[in-house]
Amino acid sequence: MTIKLGIPSKGRLMQDTLDWFGARGISIERTGTDREYAGRVQGIDGVELVLLSAGEIPYELAAGRIALGVTGTDVVREKIAGWDQKMTELTPMGFGQADLVLAVPKTWTDVSDLTDLDAVAEAFWKTHGLRLRIATKYHRLVRAYLRDAGVAGYQLVDSQGATEGTVANGTAEAIADITSTGATLEANHLKIIGEVIHASQATLFRSDTAALDRADQTLLKAFLDRLKID
Amino acid sequence: MTSKSAIRADAERLRSRFEARGATLFETSVLQPAGALLNLYGEDIRARAFVTHDPLRGEMMLRPDFTLPLVQSHLASGGQSARYTYAGEVFRRQEDDDTRPREYIQVGFEIFGGGIEADAEVFTAMAEALDGAPARATIGDFGVLTSAIQNLNTPQRRKHALLRHIWRPRRFDALLDRFSRPAPPPPPMPDENIVHVGRRLREDIAARIALLAEEAETPPIPFDDLKKLRALEAIDDTAPKAVDALRQLGEIGSADRLAATLEAIAGHGIDPGGLRFQTSFGLTSLEYYSGFVFGFKADGFAPVATGGRYDLLTAALNNGVPVPAVGGVIRPEVRLAMKGAAA
Repeated sequence: MTIKLGIPSKGRLMQDTLDWFGARGISIERTGTDREYAGRVQGIDGVELVLLSAGEIPYELAAGRIALGVTGTDVVREKIAGWDQKMTELTPMGFGQADLVLAVPKTWTDVSDLTDLDAVAEAFWKTHGLRLRIATKYHRLVRAYLRDAGVAGYQLVDSQGATEGTVANGTAEAIADITSTGATLEANHLKIIGEVIHASQATLFRSDTAALDRADQTLLKAFLDRLKID
Repeated sequence: MTSKSAIRADAERLRSRFEARGATLFETSVLQPAGALLNLYGEDIRARAFVTHDPLRGEMMLRPDFTLPLVQSHLASGGQSARYTYAGEVFRRQEDDDTRPREYIQVGFEIFGGGIEADAEVFTAMAEALDGAPARATIGDFGVLTSAIQNLNTPQRRKHALLRHIWRPRRFDALLDRFSRPAPPPPPMPDENIVHVGRRLREDIAARIALLAEEAETPPIPFDDLKKLRALEAIDDTAPKAVDALRQLGEIGSADRLAATLEAIAGHGIDPGGLRFQTSFGLTSLEYYSGFVFGFKADGFAPVATGGRYDLLTAALNNGVPVPAVGGVIRPEVRLAMKGAAA
């Protein structure tokens, strides 16, 4: 009788997660040294802690290797096709807020929405012989957003970090990235256009593919009851 | 579940039927360079095709269809009138629906050169290739909307914008909405003191602002024009009645063209009264068709055969010069499943 809870292994996200569970009477303690990825869930027997990189938690939930996991709704949607068949969002946790947005240079006074972006993409193709490049690591979310809006004639270029700098560096014309305060966009001479593509925050997920026997299910329910989640 | 060998045997049989219509066999690789496909279909193709990486040649795709390599090969050969057939796997990435197949065999028949008679022949060839599989035919014609757009009382640049998005209903409607009300004043030029970044130049921004200034002076598309466009879009009836509907809306050219197509189809022994016509049929498929389109489908099955005219696609690959081209594909495994269910 044991179920696994996956939480982010580093930084602010980990600390906020520990505090969130602590506020609900479940204390999670790191064990061993600071650098060791091990810990213990106290206040309920049988819940095993797994510390994981936040980016891996969606895969672990989808595969059912953890029964519960904490991660952002953005990474789940980006990484797991058909995510809602494989896991359920139990509750938003009130931290780790980040909006996925499209941004273009501030000097593009002629662009404020997707109709403008689409028109500019076509003109850019004609004058520069290049499909307008949007740098992002959120390929699936951005593509789905632009496809639903019927925007054509752009291309996504992969950027796994420092995405806001790609425009000044000449490797993209626009970007799609997460922002919380907008300060980095501002510092890189960019402005947000259109709507928020996805408003993400840290969320407790339940895997719907994990193989749980009856005792595990009872334990899961007891654990969620303690957290006051239906 | 039909065995792969039965599907292959059926594909061979269908292919020889098309060869009997004078088509030569076309073959191409499963791995296709991604660049040409991306330039033609745009980024959306990534959601529909499997992308892989070749260490020497860069991004490649598992062929999502035969059309692009066929048109390239045809144009390279000098681009005269020709007929082709092919049979082989195509690959489609599925991001939403786990039940849809990732690979299946397509058998195609394509005619380069020729007009309405070629449309009718491809349609007939597919109808006959079904060989008793009980599917219902729907036809459409992109020409109905494109000619109505060309006749709108509005500047060419607006017509061009609408035509560019005829395949994307959401964007098309957004544009039509924008063009049917007074345009907002143009935005100001960017402040010279604001740092400008990126490859899109200040000149490019100035050029678009000039265009938006022109837009601001352009009167909205008249309400009657819009109403007619909506009425045309909504036509969904038996094919002969659709001819009447087009005529009543004053689209004489489109009505005559559809009537001629139906007559040509009737000439092949198919009753046009049994065909359904939808103006917007095929609108949401890849940016591809530009005239007559058709599909055969039965309830509970994937479309078994689809096709249409794609002169704009050939133009995009031929420095803007269209080469008349019409073609269709049939999926033997769907055909066999339909026959099996009917038996």
